[in-house]
Amino acid sequence: MDSHAAYRLHPQVALRPEPFGALAYHYGNRKLVFLKTPTMVALVRSLADHGSLAEAFKAAAIPPSKHASYERALADLEASEIICAAAR
Amino acid sequence: MPPLVEQLKGGLDAPICLTWELTYACNLACIHCLSSSGRRDPRELTGDECKAFIDELARLQVFYVNIGGGEPTIRPDFFEIVEHSVAQGVGVKFSTNGSQIDPVAARRLAGSNYIDVQISIDGANAFTNDAVRGVGSFATARRAMDNLAAANFGQFKISVVVTRENVDQLDDFEALALGYGAELRLTRLRPAGRGADSWDRLHPTNGQQRELYRWLVARPHVLTGDSFFHLSALGEALPGLNLCGAGRIVCLIDPVGDVYACPFVLHDDFKAGSVRDAGGFTSVWRESQLFLELRQPQSAGACASCGSFDSCQGGCMAAKFFTGLPLDGPDPECVWGNADEALALVGAKPSPGPGHSKPTPVALSRR
Repeated sequence: MDSHAAYRLHPQVALRPEPFGALAYHYGNRKLVFLKTPTMVALVRSLADHGSLAEAFKAAAIPPSKHASYERALADLEASEIICAAAR
Repeated sequence: MPPLVEQLKGGLDAPICLTWELTYACNLACIHCLSSSGRRDPRELTGDECKAFIDELARLQVFYVNIGGGEPTIRPDFFEIVEHSVAQGVGVKFSTNGSQIDPVAARRLAGSNYIDVQISIDGANAFTNDAVRGVGSFATARRAMDNLAAANFGQFKISVVVTRENVDQLDDFEALALGYGAELRLTRLRPAGRGADSWDRLHPTNGQQRELYRWLVARPHVLTGDSFFHLSALGEALPGLNLCGAGRIVCLIDPVGDVYACPFVLHDDFKAGSVRDAGGFTSVWRESQLFLELRQPQSAGACASCGSFDSCQGGCMAAKFFTGLPLDGPDPECVWGNADEALALVGAKPSPGPGHSKPTPVALSRR
């Protein structure tokens, strides 16, 4: 992940809130992915409101010590096309 | 926070994977049919009821539904129902014997991005397949596959129930799928419906199960619908959640709208309610006594002392139920043979009931 790049929820993805977080479903590739914490759900939903991943982390009050683990999780979501790069 | 799998056991606000049998009518009479299908039930949900149910699924954000039967394409309003579902954002995957997939139907299906087709065969050749599914059924399925390919449908699925007779044809199934650019899906034979009568002679032997496990571990791209989690006791877990999803993330709607815990337990003991009830499907899913019980922590029972319990979770509830085994003990196909003694001592088994089998005996080719 590039912390200076902007990301967004993929336009073909729907999120369904669940007690643990949310289910994300991609209508195009039919992948179903679990977003395992409410923080992750809030972060994914807010990506499009920010000009970069770094800004999204800051707005979601995610401490720098956790950025690496969140970036790994987001990279998996990008690989499944749940999130994608946003045009700036 | 508990791990995800533990949370899933506690149930979700709506199912992830919902199977909907659209009709009990079927032009075949497969000897392992889970729903003992054949005759249409006159109380079947009407087209309007089907559409209202789909609208409810859309409100619950059920992303897709697995439609089966009977033979779902026999319903005259099949396409209307499927197209309504897709238009509401509820994608459709349907299972069919292929008999109605002529070139026109294939082109119509190819026109939608949100319809997935699964053609069932139970042998890689007519001899093996037709012994289970009836004379001519292999040729019919192949014709449907040819029609989908000619219509440029894209990637469809070939769905196989693994039996003692076809387990040595896994490579042939894979080659067949490859030839069509199709995905191969293997599922487990359950002793449900008419399968209760054929299970003893058709379920894979323990040696065959071990071969199957090795074959699947080497092929993570082969779909299994999380069917074989009891085999995970043999080592590395197979891809999937590896848990019994009944009433937790999975359920079944039958053609008259009754809601069951999973597609393999069409029995009164596992009926949670009906989509025709006052609160609709939503309250059956969220409030029915049965589903709330299934979401409670389950006892490992006789499996508690087995080192494999964490991997196999004691296996399939439906397989235990219909073979007359206790639900908190080993699966009848436990790879360590831990159910063998209990199986030998079983007296009366729960009857799957008369179902909707056609009254006249069907001529079956026997081997």
